[in-house]
Amino acid sequence: MSDEQYPSGPVAGPAPAANSAPAPETNPGTAPEAGPAPDEVVARTPAALPGEPVTALAASLSDGEWHRLHPASPLLKGGIALLAIIGVIIANLRERLIEMFVPQAGYGAGDPIDLILESGYLLPAIGAVLAVLVVLVIGFYVSWRMHTFRITDEVVEVRSGVLFRTNRRARLDRIQGINIVRPVIARLFGAAKLEVNQAGQDANVKLEYLGSGAADDLRREILRLASGSRAVAQHGAAATTAEGSIVDRRLGEFLAPELDPNAAEPESVVKLSVGRLLGSIALSGGTIFLVLMIVAVIVTSIFASEALFGLIGVIPAALGIGTFYVQRFLKSLRYTIAGTPDGVRVGFGLLTTSNETLPPGRIHSVKVSQPILWRTTGWWEVKVNRAGHSSASGAAGQQNTTILPVGNLDDVRRVLGLVLPEFSAEEALAMAETGMIGRGTDDDGFANSPRRARVLRWFSWRRNGFAVGPGSVLLRKGKIWRELVIVPHPRLQSIALSQGPLQRRLSLAAVYLHTVAGPITAQLGAIDADTATAFFDDVAAAAVSASSTDTSHRWRSTEDA
Amino acid sequence: MSTRLDLPTLAWHRVSPKYLTAEFIGLAVTALVVAGATIPLHLFGWDYAWWATAAAVLAVLVYAAFTPRRIRAIGYVLRDDDLVFRKGILFQRFVAVPYGRMQLIDVNRGPLLRALGLSDLKFVTAAASTNVIIPGLPQHEADELRDHLVALAESRRAGL
Repeated sequence: MSDEQYPSGPVAGPAPAANSAPAPETNPGTAPEAGPAPDEVVARTPAALPGEPVTALAASLSDGEWHRLHPASPLLKGGIALLAIIGVIIANLRERLIEMFVPQAGYGAGDPIDLILESGYLLPAIGAVLAVLVVLVIGFYVSWRMHTFRITDEVVEVRSGVLFRTNRRARLDRIQGINIVRPVIARLFGAAKLEVNQAGQDANVKLEYLGSGAADDLRREILRLASGSRAVAQHGAAATTAEGSIVDRRLGEFLAPELDPNAAEPESVVKLSVGRLLGSIALSGGTIFLVLMIVAVIVTSIFASEALFGLIGVIPAALGIGTFYVQRFLKSLRYTIAGTPDGVRVGFGLLTTSNETLPPGRIHSVKVSQPILWRTTGWWEVKVNRAGHSSASGAAGQQNTTILPVGNLDDVRRVLGLVLPEFSAEEALAMAETGMIGRGTDDDGFANSPRRARVLRWFSWRRNGFAVGPGSVLLRKGKIWRELVIVPHPRLQSIALSQGPLQRRLSLAAVYLHTVAGPITAQLGAIDADTATAFFDDVAAAAVSASSTDTSHRWRSTEDA
Repeated sequence: MSTRLDLPTLAWHRVSPKYLTAEFIGLAVTALVVAGATIPLHLFGWDYAWWATAAAVLAVLVYAAFTPRRIRAIGYVLRDDDLVFRKGILFQRFVAVPYGRMQLIDVNRGPLLRALGLSDLKFVTAAASTNVIIPGLPQHEADELRDHLVALAESRRAGL
């Protein structure tokens, strides 16, 4: 590895040469032979030049050498602030600008430029402005040059910083997810942010920014390397956007579907219509709150007619809820979910788009739940617990844990099949469905709470129960707020059994399935004490055997090349 | 009818009886602090200030009376593939942690425990709620257990 040669390594390739370098011929039929060859042609070109057909270069980004980010990165990261400053300056000088074109319009004396002109400091002032600009440009340039990354068979590594150097190296088999975010402005530049999520606080590796096509290709390459697959790399297989003018390409990228048809199934398995999205938001818990609040205001104004003070308290809350509605709506637009060989891909967003791949075995628990108002329409929401946390917020403005913002029973079945491979079988899906809508009978496959538990579970005691499904545990809860939690055995960290004094009098107990932290707590209370003890033993044994045979950290290592 | 939770087939390791001394000293300090907290009542000259002090100290004493049983209820077993931990009398809790799930082991010693030659051992997994802390192990036993658990985890390494 030539990492010691920095900065005179491959990354130092002369930029002008790249513009004239011929794009490698991409013929799918000869892809295996073409594998190693393009390295010599393209490996020495910078990561992505603006307007260049980046996708052809992307495969070489994962060749183990150091590469640089998109040249517009500093502008996209810090340049917005610079633009804002320039905007403020221009706004302040607008009267002078008007004066320039419309003489005698007259403007207030004593502005800074007048002072400079009168005291004869014109040259020093221009010099100072130029110096600042030069320093900024040099600073941006140096920070861009010093910010390099590489992807090897084992790790993804980033070096950055000028005065304070940082070097972050992440193991590929510990990747929890790869997220590509395209903020509006970056999309105009054809750039994208790629984020490799690792377990742990602030443990993500960010590549800000890459060429839009390069980011997609790089993600595929990282996933291929991480999967342990022995399949040969398909270099340049996705060079689809290489023709046409720059404007055409940008437009193409801007309007392109979030899921690359070459890498994913062309169709999202769930169609989320705008009507359903609006309906789901209108029927969400916030609405109940809003209605209760309005009722409260009306009641108070009837009984204490002089006190419209209630209204004052309501306005900010109503505004807050309204903002939440709009956020949730915009974030969930254009929602897609599809399966790829390297995991589930979830995309959403109208202007700022986000598209994340979760490799198999990275989902620690799944919750299918139904708020009460969704009962009438038969809608459900699916959330997951995961070890990595993307810095970008997900659908509905939450952390990227909502996998399905709203969907009907069929949608949930398809999503479950994607996130938990065991649940693509009809038998398992039938079990999950019983967990979702079953009323709770003796022979429905779930071990439910005994009748004496109705003291603790007034309405839901019939439904409150667990089942051991294929490679996972299912917990069914709630009569009014129906909920099903699925925890795959290989992701179980530990299991607990507990009993308080009240439960002891009733011969009941509670079980807890511990997974990584997230929106889901897999807990089931008020089940028969003996059943719970047996469950504790069984699941503890199943968790051990499942985790010893689990290969999902290198999810394709068992398949043939 | 009532059923107390138990896993009868397991031979529990209990914590050192010396740990009781540490707990009692700790409780004595707690009693002093609680009594001290009622000093302002005396300064204000409240009639029932002495009652308040007595009630506070009594609460600590009642808690102390159950401490021997509480400590006897703490136990752990090393099974073939996992560690089972139990604690609590009124609120019982059993936890089973597969060895391969270990992220790290903490061995902590406060000044009091060090004087008694004891240590606390904490088994940390990727789930915060696992919360397995075995208190009051003799120092050499804690170190041996730590090394043993680390070796077991190494031989059963799994992803997250």
